[in-house]
Amino acid sequence: MIEAVGLTKRYGDKTAVYNLSFQVRPGAVTGFLGPNGSGKSTTMRMILGLDNPTAGTVTIGGHPYRRLPNAPRQVGALLDAKAVHGGRSARNHLLSLAQLSGIPARRVDEVLGVVGLQDVAKKRSKGFSLGMGQRLGIAAALLGDPQVLLFDEPVNGLDPEGILWVRNLMKALAAEGRTVFVSSHLMSEMALTADHLIVIGRGQLLADMSITDFISANSADFARVRTPDSDPQLREKLSSALTEAGGRVLPEQDGALRIMGLPLPRISDIAHDAGVRLWELSPHQASLEEAYMRMTQGAVDYRSTIDQKSGLQQPLPPGAQPPMPVPGQGQPGWYAPPPPQAGGQPPTVPQGPYGAPAGASPAGPAAGQPNPYAQAPAAPQQPAAPAPAAPPAGGAPAPAPQTAPQPAAEPKSEDAR
Amino acid sequence: MAATQVIRSEWTKIRSVASTVWTLSLAVVVTLALSMLISALSANEFDKLNAQDRSDFDPTFISFAGMTLGQLAMIVFGVLVVSNEYSSGMIRTSLAAVPQRGTFLFSKVAVATGLALVVGMATSFAAFFLGQAMLGEHRAQLGDTGVLRAVVGGGLYMTLIAMFSMGVAAMLRSPMLGLGILMPFFFLISNILGNVDATRKVGRFLPDQAGSRIMQVVTPVGDDTPYGPWGGLGIMALWVIAALGGGYALLKRRDA
Amino acid sequence: MRSSVACMIELEGLTKRYGGKLAVDNLTFTVRPGVVTGFLGPNGAGKSTTMRMMLGLDRPTAGDVRIDGRHYDRLTDPLKYIGALLDAKAVHGGRSAHNHLLCLAQSNGIPARRVHEVLDAVGLTAVARKKAKGFSYGMGQRLGIAAALLGDPQILMFDEPVNGLDPEGIHWIRHLMKSLAAQGRTVFVSSHLMSEMALTADHLVVIGQGRLLADTSMAGFIAQNSRSYVRIRTPQRERLLDVLHEAGITAVESGSGVLEIDGGKPERIGELAAQHHIVLHELSPQQASLEEAFMQLTAESVEYHAHTDTPARPWGADWQKGD
Repeated sequence: MIEAVGLTKRYGDKTAVYNLSFQVRPGAVTGFLGPNGSGKSTTMRMILGLDNPTAGTVTIGGHPYRRLPNAPRQVGALLDAKAVHGGRSARNHLLSLAQLSGIPARRVDEVLGVVGLQDVAKKRSKGFSLGMGQRLGIAAALLGDPQVLLFDEPVNGLDPEGILWVRNLMKALAAEGRTVFVSSHLMSEMALTADHLIVIGRGQLLADMSITDFISANSADFARVRTPDSDPQLREKLSSALTEAGGRVLPEQDGALRIMGLPLPRISDIAHDAGVRLWELSPHQASLEEAYMRMTQGAVDYRSTIDQKSGLQQPLPPGAQPPMPVPGQGQPGWYAPPPPQAGGQPPTVPQGPYGAPAGASPAGPAAGQPNPYAQAPAAPQQPAAPAPAAPPAGGAPAPAPQTAPQPAAEPKSEDAR
Repeated sequence: MAATQVIRSEWTKIRSVASTVWTLSLAVVVTLALSMLISALSANEFDKLNAQDRSDFDPTFISFAGMTLGQLAMIVFGVLVVSNEYSSGMIRTSLAAVPQRGTFLFSKVAVATGLALVVGMATSFAAFFLGQAMLGEHRAQLGDTGVLRAVVGGGLYMTLIAMFSMGVAAMLRSPMLGLGILMPFFFLISNILGNVDATRKVGRFLPDQAGSRIMQVVTPVGDDTPYGPWGGLGIMALWVIAALGGGYALLKRRDA
Repeated sequence: MRSSVACMIELEGLTKRYGGKLAVDNLTFTVRPGVVTGFLGPNGAGKSTTMRMMLGLDRPTAGDVRIDGRHYDRLTDPLKYIGALLDAKAVHGGRSAHNHLLCLAQSNGIPARRVHEVLDAVGLTAVARKKAKGFSYGMGQRLGIAAALLGDPQILMFDEPVNGLDPEGIHWIRHLMKSLAAQGRTVFVSSHLMSEMALTADHLVVIGQGRLLADTSMAGFIAQNSRSYVRIRTPQRERLLDVLHEAGITAVESGSGVLEIDGGKPERIGELAAQHHIVLHELSPQQASLEEAFMQLTAESVEYHAHTDTPARPWGADWQKGD
């Protein structure tokens, strides 16, 4: 269990983290989300005793990290994949870590096997791709067989199989009753991995709830309805009947209707009463990304301009449809105003696009980043786990309809046109 | 693809990195400072020289003494101009923008050469005048026979050294490798080869030794160098052509 | 001015050998305009090599790549035809973002004001004069995207574009790619993030060990490589089951009153239900995720048969029991 109480960090007059209180509980994967510069890394660093809080405390199992007896055996962390001496072999790197905390050498070979690096264990980590570095970092985190695990952007640089492996690894670790705390920018990945979410923006807590609650609290569910293609009048008829009944109806690009504010059985009844046959009636939940975007709107430190194509913009090709006003998608300017708690009003927090708190300063991860595209021909990654054709994971969004191939229940592509 | 576009682009590249400024200013400062120092020392020593040394006394050449060190900065300039592309990964962006690799390399070399020529000439003239000022009564005049040729030659020498380095860097790609080979070569090995009797005959055909001949106004007694000042510069130019040709051939063949 | 091959990337028998290793093996496919084409494959499958050959950076051992009908090095001002984000950090660290783009613009005769436009588009205007070495990974990525957009090209190529971006940036780049495709441009994007790709791409090219495994639409790919079914909820379950049985359709119960019909057509079921006045509370076509389909496909490729053994348990190793 990780517990933060009133955690605050100031760098000079910049407040990177402000009065943050939360608990990360064992037995679940807890996702840690926030825009760039929201204080995620700073928080992680404080949890690990690398930075001292200006105020407040953060404890692991009741102790501050630095006072944990034999901390490496209790806490494992993947912070920066490339925090390895490049000239040292993977095995020697892990061996030196193991020796520091009295872990036997055979555990090193064990974790190397787990992450699938046994074949390159003797190679210098300098030649590692980002994905291999990431695997090495995960091996180091697992080394002490800790009860508490922290991962910062664990899937960076991994290939699809590696991503699946990391996801299953984290779930398995949590299922064993361990505390797993993972930060990521990949909402779609997080939606598949995390059970619980902690969201921060501008150093403040925005949300601390289960992923399903988070999505329902921050977005609207909707239904997708398709009527027979052969009879366009049915669509109009249904559309007006639904509107009359108090639903909000929007057209989707493939000719289906998106209906908000009416439960599925009610839609079914209305269609029946109106004598409209249905070819599809499917429930949809918004994506985690959509929910996240709504919540952090106003807490994003750094964004691109809305129209990215001045000079690029061309008239739409004939036949293309203009963008449709679909909630939460397409136009960044559309987003609902942030919910009250997302206001992010700590007076000392900078507003400028580059006034990011120092903990996540733009200069941070730049130096020494390896080329993520580097392939290591001599040392192909050995995926540690077989690729089970995993059924959609527990927290997975509902699969999407046939007509729209995207699997996540993201209200999708159409509105981009 | 108009070469003028690429040349403009390369000019933007070269003026927008700090290494250009510091390598070239180092070349100027080091050459001038050392030239003045050695000129001043030589002026003091003149009275102690014997007759033969006095007849060999070459005030023009002495005022270029700083170039032995200054040329190293020129080498760094030449190497970095080319190998920066590789060490930063910029080469892929550059070659995607200018797929004609010959145009790419020679525009880059042309721009860097132009800059090196301006700086080299200015340095050479400044070194000459400052050196002569230090030499006092032993000074040479720009109008003396061969002196103007030597001063202009000094500028050309600096330029050719930079070009040679660019060619070598284009072959080697890594800045560390380029500097690691060129610096000791010009600072030590070439000098050693040129001063040991057994190897002198070979050593004097090395680019720096052949090229520096043009800066001599007074030919030492008993000198048996088989080429004249322009001949020496020609030999150096051949080295440059070989290096750049090699660089081009490799760049054209290699995967970026 | 543009022929029928306008804006396409055409590969024909493309092959690249490094020493004894075949990195790319006889690849033939065409990337078409108007859609986002995803380029997938496990690490080491040859994606990057293929992309480098498309840009004339690596020379094919055999075969051909044509951009807009021509070899890359025959393009005048190539940035006006094709913009690529290959490696976010392919920038001289000492150069400012503005100068980096300016030198690229000049080399292709693109006016300097376009540099400001693309900097603005990617949200880097405020740091335009800062040296690139101080940039975070995400900012480097934005700079790379700016460079790709510089020549307003009809063809765009992105290698792992969301790397290092935060959710906002990911959202932005996804919509950028979609809108570029919607404008009729050719967009070719590689990624390891299946869930992200599922939201972005319309068409897929999948390679494994340098060979083409699939070149198909996203929907087709998922349909071919995974199970699809229709999920039904109804208050009149028994009646529906009878009706389905009569029609020769097999439904499977999957708990909590949900019926699943493998490979069923929702249209057909909807019509049947309407005919018999059966109320449906749900009638949703379901498909596996792109990730599942991808894993299914690549598991079949030889490379991945090697790892079917179960891995050692990552935790609870016996060494700890001793102490």
